[in-house]
Amino acid sequence: MALSAAEISTSGAQRYAARWTRAIARRAFVPMSSDEVETLLTRHVVRLAEALRADEFSAEPAREVGRALVDANLTDPGTLNWSLRALADHLVDDVVPGLDRPDLAARISESQAALAETFATALRDRTFAQQERISRSAWEARNEAEQALRDSEARFRAVFSGAAIGIGIADLSGHIIDVNQSFTAMLGYTRDEMLAINVADLFYAEDDPGMWQLYKELIEGRRDRVRLEKRYFRKDGSELWTDLAVSLIRHDDGRPRFTVAMVQDITERYALQQRLRFQALHDPLTGLPNRTLFFERLEAVLRDAAPDRRVGVCFLDLDGFKAINDTLGHDVGDKLLIVVARRLAEAVADTGSMVARMGGDEFVILVADVDEDGTAVEVAESALRAVADPVYIGAHQLAVSASVGIVDRLVSEGTATDLMKAADTTLYWAKAEGGRGRWARYDPDRAAREATSTALATALPSALGRDEFVVEYQPIVSFGTGEVRAVEALVRWQHPTLGLLAPDQFIGLAEETGLIVRLGQWVLERACVEAGKWHTEFPQARMTVSVNLSARQVSDPEIVDQVAGALEASGLPPDLLQLELTESAVMATGGEPVRALRKLANTGVRLAIDDFGTGYSNLAYLRQLPIHTLKLAGPFVDGMRSHDPAAVVAERIVDALVRLAHALGLSVTAESVETPEQVERLTALGCDSGQGRHFGTPAAPSAITELLRATG
Amino acid sequence: MEQSRALPTEVDLSRPSAARVYDYFLGGAHNFEIDRQLAEQIAAMTPNLADTMRAGRSFLRRAVAELTRLGVDQYLDIGSGIPTVGNVHEVAQGINPEARIVYVDIDPVAVAHSRSILEGNTRTAVIQADVRDPEHIVAEARETGLIDFAKPVGVLLAGVVHFVPDDDDPDRLMAVLRDAVAPGSYLVISHSTYEDQPQEMLDAQKLSARTATEITLRSKAQVTGFFGEFELLEPGVVHMPLWRPDSPDDVDDHPERFGAFGGVGRKPVAG
Repeated sequence: MALSAAEISTSGAQRYAARWTRAIARRAFVPMSSDEVETLLTRHVVRLAEALRADEFSAEPAREVGRALVDANLTDPGTLNWSLRALADHLVDDVVPGLDRPDLAARISESQAALAETFATALRDRTFAQQERISRSAWEARNEAEQALRDSEARFRAVFSGAAIGIGIADLSGHIIDVNQSFTAMLGYTRDEMLAINVADLFYAEDDPGMWQLYKELIEGRRDRVRLEKRYFRKDGSELWTDLAVSLIRHDDGRPRFTVAMVQDITERYALQQRLRFQALHDPLTGLPNRTLFFERLEAVLRDAAPDRRVGVCFLDLDGFKAINDTLGHDVGDKLLIVVARRLAEAVADTGSMVARMGGDEFVILVADVDEDGTAVEVAESALRAVADPVYIGAHQLAVSASVGIVDRLVSEGTATDLMKAADTTLYWAKAEGGRGRWARYDPDRAAREATSTALATALPSALGRDEFVVEYQPIVSFGTGEVRAVEALVRWQHPTLGLLAPDQFIGLAEETGLIVRLGQWVLERACVEAGKWHTEFPQARMTVSVNLSARQVSDPEIVDQVAGALEASGLPPDLLQLELTESAVMATGGEPVRALRKLANTGVRLAIDDFGTGYSNLAYLRQLPIHTLKLAGPFVDGMRSHDPAAVVAERIVDALVRLAHALGLSVTAESVETPEQVERLTALGCDSGQGRHFGTPAAPSAITELLRATG
Repeated sequence: MEQSRALPTEVDLSRPSAARVYDYFLGGAHNFEIDRQLAEQIAAMTPNLADTMRAGRSFLRRAVAELTRLGVDQYLDIGSGIPTVGNVHEVAQGINPEARIVYVDIDPVAVAHSRSILEGNTRTAVIQADVRDPEHIVAEARETGLIDFAKPVGVLLAGVVHFVPDDDDPDRLMAVLRDAVAPGSYLVISHSTYEDQPQEMLDAQKLSARTATEITLRSKAQVTGFFGEFELLEPGVVHMPLWRPDSPDDVDDHPERFGAFGGVGRKPVAG
C-alpha cells in the first residue's frame, strides 16, 4: 500500500540545521566557521529525514549521525539533549512536513535510540582514547625526565667515584652522607668509618683560628663557598695537607641543605714549601737562622713592640778565624763554626734570644727584651764564655775567642739597618781594642765623631779644588824688643756647612789620606805670596813667615824644588821663610830627610823644630842638623802659669831647654804664651821670642798688613 | 639558563596543568582529575570562561587561515598546549599542504602528547621551551630545519603572554621575537585583560596561580605595545570575536565578556 510520499524540504532542512548550529555552537569548540558547521549539519538533517520517510526504515543513518557529531567535536551533553528533542519535536514538521506513517513514532524513537547509542559509544571511545593518550604522554614525559635524571645521576656518579680529588657530602648537622674513594684513600679510613665521623671531628685545636667560624657561616647560609689550606690527620695519625673547597648546596627556597667538600692532597707540595722556606731562612751549615730570618724577626720586634721598649743586638765575630781556616783547613773551620753555633744557641736558650749566622764567622744575637739595663751585656758575656771553652776537633784542641759589639736602644730609635750598622761599628771598636774576648758597647757620641771624621776625610780632596781653605797668620814677637819679627802661617778650612775648622780637626785626616802633601804645598805657596807682598811693601820690617811642613812633605823628593819654586814665584827672600818640622819628622830616620834638610838649609831658608820636647829627640843628632830655631811645646809654657811646686819644675825644664838651645846655637820660640807673667819669666830665662794669645791670635793677612803699617 | 636546558624538567602530576585545564574547557579528555577539579572551580566562578577559551581558539583559527591565505607557510606556535582539534597545522595545511609548523610548550606532558599526535607529520615539530627564553626558542626552531627565518614567519602567541609576569620582562622577549623574524612576518597575539571585566573574572585570575603559572591581566595599550613597530592588520587589537568574524552573526552582543584581546601585526618591509 502506497502512502503519500512526503518530500524533503531543502529550505526546511537548512532552517533546522541553522537552529541546531545555534544551539550547539556555544556549547563546544568547533574548528570550523559557523557556515561550515551549518553545511555539515544540513547533511545530517537530510539523512535523518530520509531515513524517517524511507519505505524501509533503517536506523543506520541515525547511528552515523551520532558518531559524526562526536567526530566533529560536538560532544557537549547539551548537544545530545537538543539533538534528540528536536528529532522528535521538529524534524518532521520542519523538513518533511506532512509525513505520516503509522510507525513514525516508532521510527523516531528508534532513530533517537540509535543516535544516542552511537554518540555515547563514540564519546566513550574518544574519551578512552584521549585518556589513554594523555596518560601515555604523561608517562613518557615522566619517563624521559627520569631517564634524564638517571643519566645525570650516572654522570655524577662516574665523576664522583672516578675523581682524583676527594669529594665528601655532609648534611648540616655534620653527618657525612657520602664520600668518594679518593677521599677515603687520602685519610686512610674505610667509607663506613668515614660515614660514622662527624665533620666537627675533622676540625682540630691546631687549625687556623677562624676556620670553624667559616664553616659555621657556610652551614648558616651566610656564604656559599670557602676555600683554604687545611690539615687533616690520617687514621694513622700522620698529617695530610689539603687544598679544601667547600660549597653549600641549598634547597629550592634557598635554605641550606648540604655541604660538598672537595679536597686535593697537597701534602708533598706543602712539605716542599716548608722545606724551601726553612732553607731560605736558615744557614745550611749550622742550622741557625740566617740573616734574612734575623732581619725579619728584628723588623717584627721594631714594628710590634711599644716605642718605649728596648731591643738589643750582640754582633759576635770569632778572633783569628781566618788563621784557623788557613792553617787547619776549611773542614776544621766549618766544624768549629758548627760547635760555636751550637754553644751560642745553648747559651742564650733560656733568655728567649735568637742566634743567627750572618755569614763567615759572624753571628748575631737578637735580645728582644732588654728593659733591664745591662741585659744585653750579660747575654754578650755568656756568649763569650760559651765560646771561650776549648774546642776539640779531631786531634786539634782549639782555643777560640770572640769579640762582641753590643747595641741596645729604644725600639723607636732607628731602623733595623741603623741598628745593624751600629752593631757593626761597635764590633769594630771591640776588635780595635784588641779583641780576645772583649766586648764594646755602642757610644753614639763616638760614632758621631767618627762619622764626622769620615765625612771630612771624604770631603777634603774636593775642598782643596773648591778653594775652601784659608791661611791665617799668628804673630811671633821678640821678647827683647817687643817687635813682631815673624808670623806663623796656619791653615783653616772654611767648611760649607760646619763653618771654620781648626787644623787639629782635619790635618790628621789629611795626613792619613796623603792629601797633606798637596795641602801643605798650597799653604807654602800661599804663605810665600803673602810674605812676598809684605816684604815688598815693608822691606825694613824683614818679616819672616813660618810654615809647617809635615813628615810626608819632608820625605817627598820634590820638596826642595817646591820650596825653591814658591820662593821664586813670590819673590820672597829665602831667609824670610822658616819651615817648621816636628821632632818625629826630623828624627824618624836618618838618610833621605836629613839630606833634604841640608839642601833646604842650603837654599837659605830657616828651619825650626816644632813642639820641641814632646817627641823623642836625639840630642847628639840634633847637633848635626841645619836647624835654626826650637819652638818650645805649649805644655811647658802652660806649666809656668801658677805658683805651685809643679810650676817650679816646669820653669826649670824651660830654663834647661833654653840653655841647651843656646848651647847648640839655636834660638828659642815659646808657644802658647798667654799672660804677662809668662812673658816676664820667659824673658828672664833668656827665651828669644814667643807666640800665643798674649801677642795675638791667628788673623787674616790684611790684619798683619795693618800691623806692619802701624809699626812701620 | 644553561642548566635549565640540560636538566630534566620535573613532571609533577599532582599539580594541575594549564594545558590540560584548557583542553578540558575545549571539551577534551586529555586531562586528569586534578585538572578537572580546578577547571570546575574556575568555571563555577566564571561561567564565561569556557566561552572565552573557545573564542580564543576560534580567533587563532581565523588568524591562521587568514595568514595562510596571505601566503604565510611557516608558523612558530608558542604555548601550543595540548592540541585537541583544530590545530594550527590542520588549519594551515588544510589551506596549504606545504605549510610547516613548529609547536613550542613548556609542559613536558603537552610536548609528549603533541609528539604522539604529530607522529608521521614531517612538516611539524615540537620543542619543549620556556617562552621567557625566546633566544633558545628561535635557535631550537631554526635547528628543526622547518623554519627559514630569512622568510616571513607567522609567530603565534595565543593566550600565552599573560602567563609571563612583568618581572620577567615580557617587552624584552617580544622584542627578541620581533627582531628574530624577517620583514613581512606576522605576529598573532591573544591576551587576557582586566578592561571591561566583572570582578568574578578578576577573582578567577587568582585561581590560575594553582597551575604552574599565574595569569597577568593587561590593558589594551600594553597588548598593543607587544606588537612594537609591527603594523596592525585591521581591525587592530580588539576583543577576540571582533577580529575578522566569519560572519556578522558570529559576533556576540557582548564581545567584551570573553575577557581577552586579539590582534595581528605585520613586520614592515623596508623601503
